Amino acid sequence: MTRNAIKGLLLATSILGTAGFAQAADVTLTVESWRNDDLAIWQEKIIPAFEAKNPGIKVVFAPTAPTEYNAALNAKLDAGSAGDLITCRPFDASLELFKKGHLASLNDLPGMENFSPVAKSAWTTDDGATAFCVPMASVIHGFIYNKDAFDTLGISVPTTEAEFFAALEKIKAEGSYIPMAMGTKDLWEAATMGYQNIGPTYWKGEEGRAALIKGEQKLTDDAWVEPYRVLAKWKDYLGDGFEAQTYPDSQNLFTLGRAAIYPAGSWEIGLFNTQAQFKMGAFPPPVKNAGDTCYISDHNDIGVGLNAKGANQEAAKKFLSFVSSPEFADIYANSLPGFFSLNSTAVKMADPLAQEFVSWREKCKPTIRSTYQILSRGTPNLENETWTASANVINGTETPEQAAEKLQKGLDSWFKPVK
Amino acid sequence: MSKARTSLTRTSLVHLALISYAIISVFPVFLTIINSMKDRNAIFRNPMQLPSPKTFDLVGYYTVLGQGDFANYFQNSFIVTVASIALVLLFGAMAAFALSEYRFRGNTLMGLYLAIGIMIPIRLGTVAILQGMVATGLVNTLTALVLVYTAQGIPLAVFILSEFMRTVSDDLKNAGRIDGLSEYSIFFRLVLPLVRPAMATVAVFTMIPIWNDLWFPLILAPSEATKTVTLGSQIFIGQFVTNWNAVLAALSLAIFPVLVLYLVFSRQLIRGITSGAVK
Amino acid sequence: MSDTPSTHDATGPIIKRPTRWHIVVFLLPAFIVYSAVMILPLIETLRLSLFNTVDGQSTFVGLANFKVLFGDERWAHDFWNALKNNFVFFAIHMLVQNPMGVALAAMLSLPKLRFASFYRTAIFLPTLLSFVIVGFIWKLILSPIWGVSPFLLDVVGLKSLFAPWLGRPNSALIAVSLISVWQYVGIPMMLIYAALLNIPEEVIEAAECDGITGWSQFFKIKLPLILPAIGIISILTFVGNFNAFDLVYTVQGALAGPDGSTDILGTLLYRTFFGFQLQLGDRSMGATIATVMFLIILAGVSLYLFVIQRRMRRYQF
Repeated sequence: MTRNAIKGLLLATSILGTAGFAQAADVTLTVESWRNDDLAIWQEKIIPAFEAKNPGIKVVFAPTAPTEYNAALNAKLDAGSAGDLITCRPFDASLELFKKGHLASLNDLPGMENFSPVAKSAWTTDDGATAFCVPMASVIHGFIYNKDAFDTLGISVPTTEAEFFAALEKIKAEGSYIPMAMGTKDLWEAATMGYQNIGPTYWKGEEGRAALIKGEQKLTDDAWVEPYRVLAKWKDYLGDGFEAQTYPDSQNLFTLGRAAIYPAGSWEIGLFNTQAQFKMGAFPPPVKNAGDTCYISDHNDIGVGLNAKGANQEAAKKFLSFVSSPEFADIYANSLPGFFSLNSTAVKMADPLAQEFVSWREKCKPTIRSTYQILSRGTPNLENETWTASANVINGTETPEQAAEKLQKGLDSWFKPVK
Repeated sequence: MSKARTSLTRTSLVHLALISYAIISVFPVFLTIINSMKDRNAIFRNPMQLPSPKTFDLVGYYTVLGQGDFANYFQNSFIVTVASIALVLLFGAMAAFALSEYRFRGNTLMGLYLAIGIMIPIRLGTVAILQGMVATGLVNTLTALVLVYTAQGIPLAVFILSEFMRTVSDDLKNAGRIDGLSEYSIFFRLVLPLVRPAMATVAVFTMIPIWNDLWFPLILAPSEATKTVTLGSQIFIGQFVTNWNAVLAALSLAIFPVLVLYLVFSRQLIRGITSGAVK
Repeated sequence: MSDTPSTHDATGPIIKRPTRWHIVVFLLPAFIVYSAVMILPLIETLRLSLFNTVDGQSTFVGLANFKVLFGDERWAHDFWNALKNNFVFFAIHMLVQNPMGVALAAMLSLPKLRFASFYRTAIFLPTLLSFVIVGFIWKLILSPIWGVSPFLLDVVGLKSLFAPWLGRPNSALIAVSLISVWQYVGIPMMLIYAALLNIPEEVIEAAECDGITGWSQFFKIKLPLILPAIGIISILTFVGNFNAFDLVYTVQGALAGPDGSTDILGTLLYRTFFGFQLQLGDRSMGATIATVMFLIILAGVSLYLFVIQRRMRRYQF
C-alpha cells in the first residue's frame, strides 16, 4: 500500500510540475465575471470581434458561479491573482473595490464620453469626480404575461392597481392558470421582482429614493409601506406552496404555460423567448390611479473595470475602449435581449419584447433599485434585509408595518443621512 | 426447528430493513441520473418519469463534452484526489503511530494541536493561503491543491487512525522489537496492515470533500489547464439561467470516478479483515 | 489505571536513548505540511478578530469585536439564533443519523449476510455526491410544484400531509437536517462497520459458546467493544455540524431563509466573512465569529479528549 502510495506521489509531482505552463506568447487578458450565462456570447461574438481588430491580444472570459463571485474575486484581488478586467457589480460593492485601490480610475479612458452621468452613476465616486467601470447594461422591471391566456380569458392589459387585481381575480376564478408565477423560497425574487418592481410607483422613483438618502423620508412612511401592503395581497394569487417555490420553478411555471403573469426583470426575455411556446407581452408596473405618472426600475446592473494591479494595463485599456464603443453595445444588447445598453448611441433592438420594455423609458420615470446606492453600505445591509422582509410579508409571517419598522431600525443603527 | 425459523425471520427482516434504506439512499441518485437524460421541459414537467423516446435527450451530455476539456478536468480531479489521499494516509498514519505508540512529553498537546484543524474550516485561511501560493508561484498548479487538501485531511486521519492503532496488540509489537525490527519496520510491516480497514475508511472520508470541493480550485487553480470537474460544472450554473441538463450530466458523470475509488477502498476493508483473521 | 489512557503506557518501550529520533521522523511530515498550509494561515485570519478598521487603518481593538458580537442587539440576535439552530441541527444528527448508522452497520456486519457489499455501497452513495446535486435533487423532490414527494404521497393517499417544508420557518430546519442525515449516514455506518469488523472472530465465538447470540450478543459483547468508535463518530458529528455550511448554502441560500430559520454558525460566518450580495465581507467580525465557533468546538473536543476518551476502556486484540 505505502509503496504504491509513494509511487503515485512521485508520478503525481512529475505531472504537476508541467501542468502550470500553458501560456501563449501573446498578451492574454482574463475577464473576471459572474455571468456564466453569457459565456457563449463572449466566446462566439464579443471576443472574436475584439481580437479581429487587435491582433496580439487574446481575451479569456473566465466566469465564476454568481454566488461565489464576490468572495472569490475579493480573495484573488487581495492576493494579487485576479484577472486583468473585473466585471463590476453596481454601486457600493464596486466602490469599495475602488477605494481599496483594486480598480483603476477610468476618467481618461477613450470612450468614456459615450456615457451620460446617469449611466455612469453606478460606478462613480460619491462626489461624481471619478468613474471606475465602463457601464455595460441595465435591466428594467415589469410584468411579462401570457398573451394567449389573456386572449382566451378576455383580459385586457391592466394599467392600474385595481385593474391588476381584477385581472388576477378573474384568472383565479376561471382556474386554468395560476394567476402569478412567483415564489418566496429564494427571497431575492420577492424583493427584486416584487418590492423593487412595484415600489417606485408608490415612493415616486428618484424623488422618494433621494428623500430617503437625505433622511427626509423613512421606510416606515406610507410611501414605503404601501408596496408591502400590495405585496401582501399577492399571496392569494400565487401557486400552491409558493413558500418553497424557487426562482427556476417560477421561470418554468410560466414558460410551461401554467401561469398567466410573471413579475419580471427584463433579463428573462432571452430565456423566455426560447422556452415559451405561446405569445408573450409585457406591461409596466400598474399605477395607483388612472392617469398617474408611471415609474419603472431601470437599474444599472453590469459594468467592467480595470484591475489596478493587472499586468497588461495597456491591452486591458484597449479592451475597455472596445466595451465603450457603439459596436460592443450593439452586439451585447442584441445578443442578450433584456440587458439594455447604457451607451448614449441608441441601440436598435431587434426583439419586440425587449423593445416593449425599453419603450417604457419614454413614458415612465426611471429610477434605480432603492436599496443599492449608499443605503447598503453598513451592517445590517438594507438590500439583504429587504429580501427577508419581502418574503416574510408575502408569506404572511410579518405584517407590512412590522417589516418596515424592522428595516428602518436596522438602517438607523448605522446610517447617517447624507445632506 | 424453532431456532432455525426465528433465524430465517430475522434474516428476512434484516434484508427488508436494508433494502428499504438502500432504496431511500439510491432513489434520489437514480432520479438525478434519469433526469440528466431528459430535455429541460421534461425534467420539470414530470421529474418521476423515465426518459421516454419523446423526452430522451442527451443534450446535457453533448453540452458537457462540447464545452471545455472535460476529459482533462476529470484527470485533474483524479490526480489531485489520489495524490492527496496518498499523502494524507502516509503522513497521517505516521503521526498517528507516533502519538498512539510512544509516551513522550507533549504527546497530548501534539494530539490536540493536530486536532485543531478539524475545528476551524480551512476556508477561512483562504487569503493567507492564496498569498503564500502566489509568493511560491504555485497558483494555477495542481500542487497547490494537493498541499491544501493534504493539510486539510491530516487532522481527521490522525484522529481516526490513532484511535484504531491503540487497539493493535502490544505483544505483537514487542515481539517484533525482540526480533530486532526497527521502529519503522514495526510501523510499516506490523501495524499498517492491521489497521487497513481504518486506513480505507480514512481514505474514503478524505476523498469526498476533496473530490467535491469547489472553493479551492476556484481560488487557487481556476485556469483552464488545472480546472477540476466540480469547478468545470459550475460554468453551467448561471445568474438567471442554469443549464440543468448540463449540470446534471456533468455531475452524474462525476459520480463514477469517485464511486470507483470508493469500491477500491472498500475492498481493502474486506481484505484487511481476512488478513487480520489469519494473523 | 482508570486515569491512564491505555495499558501500553506501562509496557511501552523502555526509554534508553535521550532522543528517540523516530518519533520526530514520524511526526515531522504531517507537522510541517499541516502547520504551513493550515495553521499559520488560520492564525493569520483569527488574529483579525482583535483588529478592526478605524478611519481606513487596521487598528488593534482588543476584545471590542467580541463586545459587538454579544453586546449589539442585532449581532447577538443573529449569533444566538444561529447557535440555537446549530444545536437543533446537531441534535437531529445525534438522534437520527448516528443510531441509524450503528443499526445499519450492525445489520451489515452479520456473518454470512448476502448482498452486504451491495447494501453498503448503496447506502454510502449519497455521501459521495456533490452538494450541488444534493441541493438540486432534494429541492426537486420536495418542490410543491413538480415535486416527487407530493406525487408519492398522493399515490398512497396522503397528499394532505404534504407542505412546502423548505419554505416554512418551523419546518425548514428539520427538513434540511434530515437531508443532511440522508447524505451523511454513510459515515457513521462505515466507521462502526470498520470497528465491528475489527472485533476478532474468537471473541464472537466465545460469546456464542456461552449462548450469547442475537440482540444480547450485540448489546453485551459488541457494543462495549465499539464504544470508542461511537465516541469518535459523536465527536466528528459535533465538529462537522458546527462547521457545516455547504448544504444550507445550496438548499436555502446564503441568507438561510425563510427568515433566518435555517441559519447555522457556518452560514452566519461565511456571510459575515466573505460577504453576500450587497453586503461586503467583514474580515474582522467574520474572524470574531470564527474564533467563538472555534472555542465552542474546542470545548467539545477537549471534553471528549480529556474526559470521555480517558474514561473509555479500550481492548486490544
